[in-house]
Amino acid sequence: MSNILIIAEHNGSELSNSTAKCVSCAIETGGSVHILVLAADATVIAEQAAALNGVDEVISINHPNYSHALAATLAPEIAAIGADYSHVYGPSSTYGRDLMPRVAALLGVNQVADIMAVKGPRSFQRPVYAGNAIIDVSVAEENTVVATIRLASWAAVSGGNNATVSSRETSAEMPTHSRFIGLKTEGGDLPDLQSAKRVISGGRGLGSEENFKIIYTLASKLGAGVGASRAAVDAGYVPNDMQVGQTGKIISPDLYMAFGISGAIQHITGIKDAGTIVAINKDAEAPIFEVADIGLVGDLFSVIPEIEAAL
Amino acid sequence: MKILVGIKRVVDFNVRVRVKPDGSGVDLDGAKMSINPFDEIALEEALRLREAGKATEVIVVSIGTTACQQQLRTGLAMGADRAIQVDTEEKLQPLAAARTFLALVEKEQPGLVILGKQAIDDDNSQTGQMLAALWDRPQATFASEVVVDDQVARVTREVDAGLETIEIDLPAVITSDLRLNEPRFVKLPDIMKAKRKPLEVIPLTDLAIANDNKLTIDHYAPPATREKGIMVDSAEALVAELKNRGLL
Repeated sequence: MSNILIIAEHNGSELSNSTAKCVSCAIETGGSVHILVLAADATVIAEQAAALNGVDEVISINHPNYSHALAATLAPEIAAIGADYSHVYGPSSTYGRDLMPRVAALLGVNQVADIMAVKGPRSFQRPVYAGNAIIDVSVAEENTVVATIRLASWAAVSGGNNATVSSRETSAEMPTHSRFIGLKTEGGDLPDLQSAKRVISGGRGLGSEENFKIIYTLASKLGAGVGASRAAVDAGYVPNDMQVGQTGKIISPDLYMAFGISGAIQHITGIKDAGTIVAINKDAEAPIFEVADIGLVGDLFSVIPEIEAAL
Repeated sequence: MKILVGIKRVVDFNVRVRVKPDGSGVDLDGAKMSINPFDEIALEEALRLREAGKATEVIVVSIGTTACQQQLRTGLAMGADRAIQVDTEEKLQPLAAARTFLALVEKEQPGLVILGKQAIDDDNSQTGQMLAALWDRPQATFASEVVVDDQVARVTREVDAGLETIEIDLPAVITSDLRLNEPRFVKLPDIMKAKRKPLEVIPLTDLAIANDNKLTIDHYAPPATREKGIMVDSAEALVAELKNRGLL
């Protein structure tokens, strides 16, 4: 039977929702499920991990060098602990995509990237060519399965569990060649794009940074996260970290509303797992309407106030 | 300081890729092939570092058949000083690709290796991180800004939470994100000049790397399609429909 180690993602004080999604994938894989928390102070995060349903055990390690998630610092410890497991899973966020290949290389194996479905204990489906093809990938019996979990494909498990937490000391040597300097976050008080149930996005059709405000206003009325197309980011209307698409964030909210977004393939790649896609565009021929569940041809500057009035 | 840049020959990003009906792969017959876009950005960054006096030589490397010499020549036309083709018929998986780069790193002793953050064919995003691990050196992935100062690089990375800045000792591996720079266009005289630049062919077998622990890839399928949606004719109708579906 498989024994699966999940590498927790967190911001230093709180466990990320992405870890609960990895647990879903681990349950589907089958076997015992352990979570490894590496943090400057792992106590609270480990408790949050232990509360996730389906988790059998949480291992926590405190070390001042773990205060920022540097792959080069974390990977040796994860590889040392992971060597005793059949599977090592991490989220396919920038955190996991940075870290897990380094772990895989230390364990001498290739990594399975972006698991979207489990076909067997060592056999998975993942997207290639920007999601234009889905491949079946399997890992040989003698190799550790090191993988990242495609977050848009998995639901978070619920809480209420009370798994055992055990603390350990670090065992692997840590390099000193990589140092954290700072993190600049943007976006303010709006819900996080990747975990928001509703997301409102704007595209080039907004026309300016100033005009983009109506998207924020509607989003705050709906309690929604705010995203943007690459065109809107490139035009400077909004910062980079709001970009939704193949080269930005891949999201799966229950409701996605696209205003003034034409629907380039690279944008569609980022939203095709959304529950319901709504498109508002004045061009009836815009490709976004091909994937929209509900479409409305109209000028967003008059439609948005009308939506707000009808709420 | 030398900079080693990896460039992968991939289907052009404008080509709409389709799965073959028998599920054996994707249909790339006659499709336009290009330098992986992220690798082109990696090369541009290396050239800028050389032009700023931070590096002395830029070497482009590609692993594949003779066909990838076309992309290496484009790299030379962009301004790389010389090229290495590691010759193999096999499409290497990331671990073997990283081991191949490590063998070249040991031979060339570069101060920096810059790779694209991912290739747009297999979307793996692994080779750079694996090379850094095997080399036991720092990695700065998804870079949107690189400042090299003597033996240290300060790199801004595009992470989910925003922009993270880290400092790494050289030698190191950097992988490029989309906004790092805009690659230059190649001019005709540069294409002529590139023909005279050195392009070395090294058989993969000469590097004696281990090519084991491969993943088995045995079936390609087209992605699931969404069902056709409906059109509404007013904002009121839209809100009513969303309420009806329990979404508002």
